[in-house]
This record gives sequence, structure tokens and C-alpha cells, in this order.
Amino acid sequence: MITYEFLQNYWWMLISLLGGLLVFLLFVQGGNSMIFLAGKTEEERQLIVNSTGRKWEFTFTTLVTFGGAFYASFPLFYSTSFSGAYFVWMLILITFVFQAVSYEFQNKAGNILGKNAFRVFLTLNGCLGPLLIGTAVGTFFTGSSFIVNKDAAGSSLQPIISQWTGCCHGLEAVANPFNVEFGLMVMFLTMCLGALYLINNIDDEPLAKSLRGRLGFVFICFLVCLVFVLVHLVTMPGFAVGEDGYVFIEKNKYLHNFLQMPAVLALFLAGAVLLVVGVVLTLFRKGFRRGIWFSAPGTVMVVMAIFMIAGYNNTAYYPSIANLQSSLTLANSCSSEFTLKAMSIVSLIIPFVLAYIVYAWRKMDLRSLTRKELAETDHKY
Amino acid sequence: MLETALIDWSRAQFALTACYHWVFVPLTLGLAIVMAVMETIYVIKKDEFWKNTAKFWMKLFGINFAVGIATGIILEFEFGTNFSNYSWFVGDIFGAPLAIEGIIAFFIEATFVAVMFFGWDKVGKKFHLASTWLTGIGAAISAIWILVANSWMQHPVGMEFNPDTVRHEMVDFWAVALNPVAVSKFFHSWFSGWMTGSIFVIGVSCWYLLKKRQTRFAISSISVASIVGIIGTFAVMLSGDSSGVHVAKYQPMKLAAAEGLEDGGPRSPFSIVPGIEIPGMLSILATHDIDGYVPGINDLLYGYVDSDGVEHPSAEVKIYKGKTALKAFRAYRKLKDTNPQAAEKVREVLDENMDCFGYGYINSPEELVPNVPLIYWSFRIMVGLGSFLLLLMVVVLFFSLKGKIQNMKWLQWIALLSIPLVYLAGQAGWVVAEAGRQPWAIEGLLPVNAAVSSLSVGAVQTTFFIFVAVFTLFLAIELRILFKAIVKGPETTDNE
Repeated sequence: MITYEFLQNYWWMLISLLGGLLVFLLFVQGGNSMIFLAGKTEEERQLIVNSTGRKWEFTFTTLVTFGGAFYASFPLFYSTSFSGAYFVWMLILITFVFQAVSYEFQNKAGNILGKNAFRVFLTLNGCLGPLLIGTAVGTFFTGSSFIVNKDAAGSSLQPIISQWTGCCHGLEAVANPFNVEFGLMVMFLTMCLGALYLINNIDDEPLAKSLRGRLGFVFICFLVCLVFVLVHLVTMPGFAVGEDGYVFIEKNKYLHNFLQMPAVLALFLAGAVLLVVGVVLTLFRKGFRRGIWFSAPGTVMVVMAIFMIAGYNNTAYYPSIANLQSSLTLANSCSSEFTLKAMSIVSLIIPFVLAYIVYAWRKMDLRSLTRKELAETDHKY
Repeated sequence: MLETALIDWSRAQFALTACYHWVFVPLTLGLAIVMAVMETIYVIKKDEFWKNTAKFWMKLFGINFAVGIATGIILEFEFGTNFSNYSWFVGDIFGAPLAIEGIIAFFIEATFVAVMFFGWDKVGKKFHLASTWLTGIGAAISAIWILVANSWMQHPVGMEFNPDTVRHEMVDFWAVALNPVAVSKFFHSWFSGWMTGSIFVIGVSCWYLLKKRQTRFAISSISVASIVGIIGTFAVMLSGDSSGVHVAKYQPMKLAAAEGLEDGGPRSPFSIVPGIEIPGMLSILATHDIDGYVPGINDLLYGYVDSDGVEHPSAEVKIYKGKTALKAFRAYRKLKDTNPQAAEKVREVLDENMDCFGYGYINSPEELVPNVPLIYWSFRIMVGLGSFLLLLMVVVLFFSLKGKIQNMKWLQWIALLSIPLVYLAGQAGWVVAEAGRQPWAIEGLLPVNAAVSSLSVGAVQTTFFIFVAVFTLFLAIELRILFKAIVKGPETTDNE
């Protein structure tokens, strides 16, 4: 029986999946953060740009779809967070906007700013994009300062439902160490994924050697952040939701969520193992280039599990620290049953979409990118 | 009370983004068709010349494509950042088309545009051709869903207000998806993209003719683009006609503003420019009947009785009903948990006045009149330039088929100078559609003053000026790169 509650949970699962896919596809950003870190010569930098440049539309599209899906399924989050954490979302957008044009513009005659300026934009987006997105997602656990008052719609003078009470329209999130740790963790994770992807996608030994060196460093940074985040996550109080929808603070809520949802815990652990295996094999097995095949699904699983413990098991996924009862839960922020049902039917097309992406992607990536191909092709960045 | 400046700056930022977005999108929509046709000819004729021709236009397509994507993502997010009340109040309906656009359309574009650019040596000819067409089809599907969303703002259907959740909720998906306004709006916008792409190709090709370079390339491109453009323009005219009927029916104030019609009635005249009118023409265009009643601005403000004897209330009556609905809504919210019976009674009052709920946020009838001179002149610019461009494409096709166009410098200059005109026509069209809907964010349901986010004016000003700088920089870079690429020319020999 498809109930309203089932649909809410189904859509949170889809949001979690899209979140997981988005973080995986942020390998494009992670790869771009390597342009100057790992690319020592002009040729190597060009290889990196042209490798990530053939995938950037997927990341961008997934970001847009993630936003669209959130809007369609949980519109109160869309209206509250985007208007409230205004500067954070605007910063994220601006970095992505610069990234979108940088590929096409950088190597073209007449680009005004010069090639390196656009590569700097790509690198900035590569670091700041994941960092800011991660910091914003960190507030799913620490809360933000806002009030939701639906009665306000009855006022003809001030009919605004969602009011942000934080001082800096979202920038205040950096004052909470957990949010920053979370942001850094996502940034280093995407750097790992970027290095793994480039090692797999580009057939070039000197560049691969350089990337492996950087991979080791960023992986250690990632592990440190991950440990900090996990320790905080399982020890911090969380925002629980009672049967009547009343929100209250519960000690070790996210630890309880892991323990009370063993399938989610298993998903998280399995994902973490895959993620680590992909990196370790790449680092320690000579000539091994397929690390991304382990770490990519691992990342999707880990991120899905994190979203699940934020929203499932009677948890407020977007908590308000200004007024607990304004916190957003799956039940109070979702679309109507009819809309969720209609959108669920649309969602059945997702496997078909994934299938043709995989098919086209495979056709394009049968051969790895090489210096020779780059020298011969007439369409390159 | 919300500051007027906040509402104005929020609108300005959205308008800025939308205008810039519509600089890049129509070229994407139109050029996609032109280059797909060229590649099809290549696959059929197996003539490398057509491959090189298609590849050149693809190169220009690529330069333009990225900026369209960049401005598009900002538009999507600005619904949340700057119009948060709107996002909750109608997100239940409005969010769905955006999500469907992402799931269905954007991934087609993202997947196949990469194959189109990088797949020449990696996939077979037919798979590549399919990818080129799918890139254009993906762009068109994307246009369908965003225009379904936009049309719902012009003519909201398929929903009911739920005072418990304080929002409109979708009750009929197909009514939303097949909204008659959406159908004509999609064809009107999509085919206007064909016009843009065609005029762009014709103009650039004429530049080569003026420079006496790549003659075969230029004439071949002109032939394909003229045919695509003429088909597109006729489709724009047909869909524009049905759009006019829809506007008359669902947004009469917009039509009155577009005509500067103060007092309407049956046999209303169409104004070509102030002082020159065609008697009865507006009634024909708006209702397909010379005796059709077209209300003017004063009729809509003070009430009128149409030709069928139906009485239409004045703005003051609607505002009164709106205030009554708001009052009933407030009472309902207070009583629903404590006194269900009393809540049910006020709910009845709310339901009786729900059709005017949005008018409760309006303070005076004058607020209901959009900027008449802006709408009036934008409409004339759109129609005037559209007619001129159709004529131009017919003339260009005629002389290119006759083999005379390479010797007609005056025509080549006109075609080249017409490139900015097609953009002007497109922008003017959107000004009519969007500024003509004011003060409503959603026609009759939600005015912009009740749709915006609670932000400081300074915050919105900051991002507004950042976007002005960023978009202008992008436009300048794009134009310079396009000019350089055009000067360099296609990979065809001069006599080609």
C-alpha cells in the first residue's frame, strides 16, 4: 500500500541518491583542483582540463536536478534554506557559473582574461564548490537559525512564511566547527575522487605518478576530517521528532539512528570500505588504475547513508535552532500526496536515464585520453 | 511592512537573469536544428563539405551553450533565494515541472552534447547524427517543461488551496502539463529560437559573402537557415495567434496594456502605433470575432458587462473579496485546532472568496495596472521586427536559390545588421509576457509583494550588481570569442 508516509520516505531516498550521485560527480571539481597541484607541464594541465571537461555537464545537470527534485518534493526546504542561507547558496552558484564557462572559453582566441584566469576559476570552483556544499549540508545536523510561521500568509503587510534570524544569511555556518569539518571532508573526498578519475581516464604515466602523490596526501586529509566528523556525529545531540510532530533534542540521536537502522549502518560501512579500497589499491598496487570503480559506488553509498540518518527515523533533517518547532521534517516540509505520487511515476524513468548515460559514456571512454589524441583532435579545451 | 525597494530589487535581479538567459537560449534552440539538418545532409550525401559546415556551426553553438547553462541554473535557484514565499505557496505545483525538466531533458542534453563535440572519431556516423539531434531535442524538451511552469504562472490550473498546509496543491497533473497556454507558449518560444538561429546563420554567412570568402559554405548555410527560419516564423505566427486569444481570455489586463486600450468593448480597434488604428482588428485577434468584447483598462478596474451579458466585477470588489478571504483564512488558522465547527464556517467564507484570495494583498486598484508604455512598445517591437525578419528570410532564400545573393551587397548588409534585431524581438516578447503579468507573480493568485523572500535590500543589491558584472563579462567574452571564431572561419576552402 502506497501511503503518504511511504512517498515521503521514498522521496527522501531519491534525494539521498541524488546527493550521493552529486558528490560522486563532484570528481569533476576534485579533478580541477588538481590542475595546478598535479599538472606540472602545460600538456598535463591540458589533459586534466580535457578529461574533466568531457564530464562537467553531468555534474552540473545533477546539481540542477538535485535542486529541482528538492523543490518538487520538499518545497519548504527550498523556500527556507535558499532564501535564508542566501549568501552561501549564491556563492555556490557563482563558483559553478564560472566553472560552466571556463572550459569553453579558456583556450579560445579572444578570451580577454587569458587561459590561466579560467583555470584559476576552475580550481577555485574545484575547492570552494564542494567545501561550501559540504558546509551547507553540515547544517542538516547542527541546525540553522530560522522561523517558519505559516500563519504569516494571512497578513497582507508581511506575509512571509520563512524568516531567517541568523546574522549573516548563512555565512554564520562557518562559526560551527562541525560544519567546517564536514565541508573540508567533502572537499578532500572530491579531490580523492578527482585524482582517481584522472588516473583512470588519462593514459599518461608521468601525470599518473604525480596524481598518485597528491592522492596520498588528500586521502590522509580526508581520513582525518572523516574521523572528526564521525566522532562528532555519533556524540552530538540531534533533533528528534515525536509522534505528534513535536521536535525535541535527543542525546546521541545520530548514533541511535545508525544503530536503529542497521541497513543504513551497513550501507555506510560497505560504502566506506569500498571508498577506502579504491584509494588504497590505487596507491599501493603498481599500475592499478581502476580505483574509481570502487570509490565511486562507495561514495554514493556513504553519502546516501548520511542523508538517511539526517532525515529518517523520526529526525528533523533541517533543524531550526531559533525555534525547534520550526524545524523541517519529512512530514511537515514535503509536497502533497498527489504531487509526490505523480513525481514518483516520473521517477521511474531514472533507470532509463542512467542506462543511456552509461551507454554513451562507455562509448566515449572506451579508450583513455592521451597526449596523442589531444594533439590530433580539433575540439579540445 | 515589506519594503518596496526589496520587491523591486528582487524583481530586477530575476529579470536581469532571465533577460541574459534568453540572450543565449534561443541561439541554442535554433542553431541545434540548423546544424542537425546540415549533419543529416552530410550523412545522406557523404560529402565532407557538409560535415565541415556542420562542425563550424557546432563550434559557435558550443561557445554559446555554456553561458546559457550558467544563467539557467541561477534562474532555478532564484525562485528559492529571492521568492521564498512563492516557492512554498505554489512549490507543490511549480516544483514538479522543474524536476521533470532536470530528470528528462537536461540529462539528454548533457549526455549527447558531449558525444556531439568529442565523438566524431569515437562513435559511428549514425550514432553521432542521433546525438546531434538528441542535443537539440533535449533542449526542446527542456523548453517544454520550463514553459509549462511559466505558463502556470500566467494561467494557474489543476490546483486547490489547502489552508491547513497554506499552499496551493496540485490535483490534476495533466491540467498543469497540458495547460493550453503552455502548448502555445512552448511552440511560440521554441520556434522563435529557430528564427534566432536562422537569422544568426544568415547574418554570419552574409558577412563571408561581403568578404568574398567561403562562398559555397555561406550560400549553403543561408539556404538551410532560410528554410528553417521561414518554417519557424510561420509557426511563431500561428502560436502567437493562439497566445493572443489566451491572453485575452486569461490575462485581459495584459492585453489591454499591450494595446494601450483604456476603454474597450466589441469591435475594438488594433493600434499599429499611437494614432493609427485598424477598426475591429483587436476583437478579431483576441476573440476571432469582430464583435468580440475586449475590455480596456478602465473596464477591468471599474467593472463591465461583456457582449454575452456576463457581469465582471470591479477591482475594488475583487480586493474586498480578497481581504475577506484573508480574514477568513486567519480565523480558520486560529480556530482549526480549538473549535472545528467554527473553523468549518469560516472555511466556507474562505472558499466563497478564494477566487480573489490574491487580491487580498493588493492595496489599491491602480496597483493592478502594469507599465502600459513598456508593454505597448515592447509588443510593437516584437511584432514589427518579427514581420520584417520573415520578409528578409523569404527574400534571402529567393535570391540564394536564384544564385544571385553573392552579388547583392545591400541584402548582405541588411542580413548582417539584422542579427541584433532578432535578439531585440525575443527580449521584447518576454517583456510583454512577464512585465505584462505584473503585479502578479501568479496571475490572480499571488502578487509579487507577497511572493518575495525576507531579505535585506542590501543583500539583494549586492548579488544584483555581482550578477550584472559577471553576466556582462561573460557576454563580452562570448562575443569576442565568437567574432574571432567567425573571422577564422570554417575548415572549408575559400571557393567552398
